[in-house]
Amino acid sequence: MDYSLVVAIELLREVAGLILIATGLAVIFGMMRVINIAHGEFMMLGGYTVVLTTKWGVNIWVAILILAPLVVGVFGILVERLIIRHLYGRIIDSLLATWGLSLFLIGFVTVAFGNTVEGVSTPFSSFSVGRYSIAIYTLFLIFAAIAFITSVYLTLRYTKSGLIARATMQNPDMVESLGINSKLVYMATFGIGAAFAGLAGGLLAPISGVVPGMGALLIGKAFITVVTGGAAVVAGTLSASAILGSVSQAVTFATGPVFGDATLLFVALILLRLLPQGITGRIFTRSV
Amino acid sequence: MTRDITRRSMLKTTAAIGAASALPMIPFAAEAGDDIIVGGLHDLSGFIDFAGIPMNQIMLMAIEEINAAGGLLGKKLKGAVYDPQTKMPLYSQFATQLALKDKASVVMGGITSASRETIRPILHRYKTLYFYNTLYEGGVCDRNEISLGTTPAQTVEKLVPYSMGLWGKKVYTIAADYNYGQITAAWVKRYVEQNGGEVVSTDFFPLDVTNFGPTISKIQSAKPDMVMSVLVGTGHLGFYNQWAAAGMKNEIPIASTTFGAAGAELEILKPEVANGILTCYGYYPSIDSPANKEWVAKVNKRYPDKTPLLSELSAFTWEGMMIWADAVRSAGSLDRMKLIEVMESGKTYDMPSGQCAIDPLTHHAIRDVYIADLQDKTYIIKKKFSQVQPADTQLVCNLKETPNANKHYEISLE
Repeated sequence: MDYSLVVAIELLREVAGLILIATGLAVIFGMMRVINIAHGEFMMLGGYTVVLTTKWGVNIWVAILILAPLVVGVFGILVERLIIRHLYGRIIDSLLATWGLSLFLIGFVTVAFGNTVEGVSTPFSSFSVGRYSIAIYTLFLIFAAIAFITSVYLTLRYTKSGLIARATMQNPDMVESLGINSKLVYMATFGIGAAFAGLAGGLLAPISGVVPGMGALLIGKAFITVVTGGAAVVAGTLSASAILGSVSQAVTFATGPVFGDATLLFVALILLRLLPQGITGRIFTRSV
Repeated sequence: MTRDITRRSMLKTTAAIGAASALPMIPFAAEAGDDIIVGGLHDLSGFIDFAGIPMNQIMLMAIEEINAAGGLLGKKLKGAVYDPQTKMPLYSQFATQLALKDKASVVMGGITSASRETIRPILHRYKTLYFYNTLYEGGVCDRNEISLGTTPAQTVEKLVPYSMGLWGKKVYTIAADYNYGQITAAWVKRYVEQNGGEVVSTDFFPLDVTNFGPTISKIQSAKPDMVMSVLVGTGHLGFYNQWAAAGMKNEIPIASTTFGAAGAELEILKPEVANGILTCYGYYPSIDSPANKEWVAKVNKRYPDKTPLLSELSAFTWEGMMIWADAVRSAGSLDRMKLIEVMESGKTYDMPSGQCAIDPLTHHAIRDVYIADLQDKTYIIKKKFSQVQPADTQLVCNLKETPNANKHYEISLE
């Protein structure tokens, strides 16, 4: 009984982990069709923001929940202005440019802050489930993932800016003719996607440790989740994370992490063979 | 989305990225002249630069020191330093360059086993003496190479009985999923069983695994007396954070022959996460001997800023330089075979790490190893073992019988 509860919490945690790392990418890739290879490095910047500002005496929650998304969001807007806006509609070029950006960010952070900076320790303690003990931070990550998805859903579905964003992605010329500056919409969307990446990096910093190359460990799973999910940001991320996360984590429990990771790739392969447009290309097509 | 890009804006953007990413890391090559060339191949950039930069600093310090004492054979030493950037094609390019163009008398370097196996055959072919100063999984059999780092048989053999004596006989092993982790985990199992204990489970993790939740639950349900960690790399750092966050740090103790090997874990993890982890290496900066205190003071004096992290890797690089210089002095020559014969003569060297000799049959170091407890970023040495043999490599390699061997054996304990 205790064990099944522990397994359930860990399954949820893996699903939540995928949601956290994929939401920012889903916003940028799903809505703007820009492949941001530097997404992992955006998360790394979020992690560094938390590590450095807490070292300077900032409260850890302020660092994670406010500074990390703020810094990376502003940085994202800069990147959009300087690089991405020249490359809309040119998917391969944007891929190459953001790959270059990713290498540059790794190099820059290594030179500026070194390959080793002291991390932050995980806030909260742990609680017991029978003879198991689990970090309270694990539950916090699950709630953060729920908050991620809910906020994106509510914004896109029920606010005017969400409506404008969706309209711009569908038909920018029509939106322009209605008097809305589509460039601003793109800029804001990219900035928000980057802010989600920064927040994810900040949330993961206390449990994963922060190094310049950490983005590379996260980007693969983030992309697989977004591509498997398909075009709809919320329904896609949610369904892909739920399927991939729970199946791979269940296999990890049964056999170990090697087969867990392999299963994640295998399930994604099958899903994409059956649903080349992603899950939301066929199912939940009317969702956001 | 229909905005065109102008040539000028494109040029501006790419120029800015290009200028910013051209980092000032230009390798300088020494011209072969009257000087004796010492080649250095350490990763000065890339994901293990935290290990390579101190090794290179210490190598340069050793060169200065030998020159200050009058050089060797009446000549000055000159370093030829290249940065292979953790890239294997660059390793092979620079090794060839050192052997053929710079005519290096000796090459120090290689950090990962992959980089060593890239340059070792090249330096063997071109008959350029090679010192590999990093701890590794054991098994290199090559008369042209001197391997100074500890191997699993040297450290695991001591750490397992010591920690089992402290904590108990039920051991849970977690290891990195590549040859180093697999081989070391096999040694852990062997020594646990030899000491009357039991390995309840061995879990392997690919290097990019960052989430250890399921494993931590499994360890909790197995209830071992201790965890033996052979985790490697920055992805695996997450284990220690998640272990502490789950409240396990004071429940089940951890011993490791990989934790903090080059110092990165020590820097990145907070003391409240890392305190109490028991490790075993051939060198710690806190070794309490006059030779070591003098050496540490020398390093601090030479590098008052950016003081290199002292670990096995950097300490043995200095020892490699000194052992080589001693051989040149005794042989009165730079001839490779004469140097090898001096080093095979069974001489014992007094070093910062203790006493060290070269095993003539394997060209590996017979050295002192230490067990230390980590407290607030300082290693408190608990026990010293003198003159420990590289028993793993000795199983597969005998350079007296096969002097032309040129191979890395994967030592199997099955």
